[in-house]
Amino acid sequence: MAQSSALPVEQYNYDIVRKFTIVAMVFAVLGMSVGVFIASELAWPFLNFDIPALTFGRLRPVHTTLVIFGFGGSALFATSYYVVQRTSQARLAFPWLAEFTFWGWTGGVALGALTYMMGFTQGREYAEFEWPLDIAITLVWVSYFAIYVETLRRRSQPHIYVANWFYLAFILAVALLHIFNNLAVPVSLTKSYSLFSGVQDAMTQWWYGHNAVGFFLTAAFLGMMYYFVPKQAGRPVYSYRLSIIHFWALIFLYMWAGGHHLHWTSLPDWVSTLSATFSILLLMPSWGGMINGIMTLSGAWDKLRSDPIMLFLITSLSFYGMSTFEGPLMSLKSVNALSHYTDWTIGHVHSGALGWVALVSFGAFYHLIPRLWGAKLFSQTLVYVHFWLATIGIVLYITSMWVAGIGQGLMLRSFDDYGNLAYTFIETVEFMHTPYIWRALGGAFFVAGVLVMVYNMVMTLRAARREQAAIEAKLAAKMAKA
Amino acid sequence: MFDWLMWFTHMENSKPLALVLFFGAFCGILIYVFTGKRRAKRLESYKYIPLDDDDPPRHSTAQAGYHSQSRKVMDNE
Repeated sequence: MAQSSALPVEQYNYDIVRKFTIVAMVFAVLGMSVGVFIASELAWPFLNFDIPALTFGRLRPVHTTLVIFGFGGSALFATSYYVVQRTSQARLAFPWLAEFTFWGWTGGVALGALTYMMGFTQGREYAEFEWPLDIAITLVWVSYFAIYVETLRRRSQPHIYVANWFYLAFILAVALLHIFNNLAVPVSLTKSYSLFSGVQDAMTQWWYGHNAVGFFLTAAFLGMMYYFVPKQAGRPVYSYRLSIIHFWALIFLYMWAGGHHLHWTSLPDWVSTLSATFSILLLMPSWGGMINGIMTLSGAWDKLRSDPIMLFLITSLSFYGMSTFEGPLMSLKSVNALSHYTDWTIGHVHSGALGWVALVSFGAFYHLIPRLWGAKLFSQTLVYVHFWLATIGIVLYITSMWVAGIGQGLMLRSFDDYGNLAYTFIETVEFMHTPYIWRALGGAFFVAGVLVMVYNMVMTLRAARREQAAIEAKLAAKMAKA
Repeated sequence: MFDWLMWFTHMENSKPLALVLFFGAFCGILIYVFTGKRRAKRLESYKYIPLDDDDPPRHSTAQAGYHSQSRKVMDNE
């Protein structure tokens, strides 16, 4: 890359981090644009143009896969490879295997998105890949685990920093979830049937689904937070002991909570209650972690005025706190009776995905980019522009989904004086039209912010390249004189 | 001889047992983390690891020269 040719070999393997950073941003643009498109389809259905590949049903998993696994996954690969090297003070183990994880992961996600558009899917939420891709991803994941563990084993630092605990828990848990949720009987190259059936199948899916949120979208990004917040703030995390408790409490509790996605179904009532109980308990470690992250700035709050990257990181923690309060609330059976099968759930997911996952990733990338390419960020002002576009987008998104979801929930539960339903289903759809337009607008704001970031990133990289060319020219001139 | 093992095969026994074990382990972690002044000091010292990572590894001081040359943006900037 930009600086590696003229200068001696880097102490750490940043090449793989750069690759994952770039591909994460490519997937962010693609996945979020697809998100805005399908949000627009819900507001203006003619947008599917009667093309099967462009219908909501096919593009929705394209969107979730590109943003969760493409953007989020690549961001996690990039940051975890960076953090494990820096905090272990050891170069990444097995560089060739790391290359394999890059090409395997990127290719797997891209191929998955294409196959969904062609109509090949397992129909399992956040796990729509058909079996050949599942096996390929398992190989990538086992390689990831081997690289991570071996790098930790080679560390110069006696203690394994807590961010690595979160990353490692994420790698282990996702392996477990991915393998068991995808146990299936293949009948052809593009079709398989789940090994589970009935309510067990539903339970397995939501055990996977919720823990994908818990370990992929929470634990791993907490690993990111525990490194990049102190690093950007230039201060140590508020309490290391609290981070240890945060980790273990999260690990003990998350696995039990998946059943709350199946309240009021054929799932046994005690499983529902148990899941709701553990979901409420989860509030404690979640908020403990949020407070730990935010209090890292204690005594240096002024950084929020002067450092836009800090704004991204601290706002992401605020959204983490908000969505981890909303989640347990929605897991209560009585609240769930209103919220389930409505857009409140979609709003909740996006307050976590956009507010927490995406903002903390952007903050981490803004911290990383100058260090990876050895050039100052092209524009700090554009970072502020990105921040406000993203924040306005998220607020528009989640408030419109609260209106749509709670509104529809209340309408579907309304009865007239004679005990008949007060509203027909189509009346609820008509009601949701306006919030859907606002949601699409919110998404467009968010994507606009991402495009600003990409522009800022490209300009930074170009500046780095120019600087590198100048250094190389100087060196060549010196050599010629000598 | 091994009949007592059958007790564990009943879910109504093994699940509460697992809960007691996990809860006990968690309480053990809590006690470990929040007791002992020296331990507390040691654990809290680890929070500086991300801030120390600009220093080269202790075993490879020979690399320090190029390390500072190869990075144009330092973390304290």
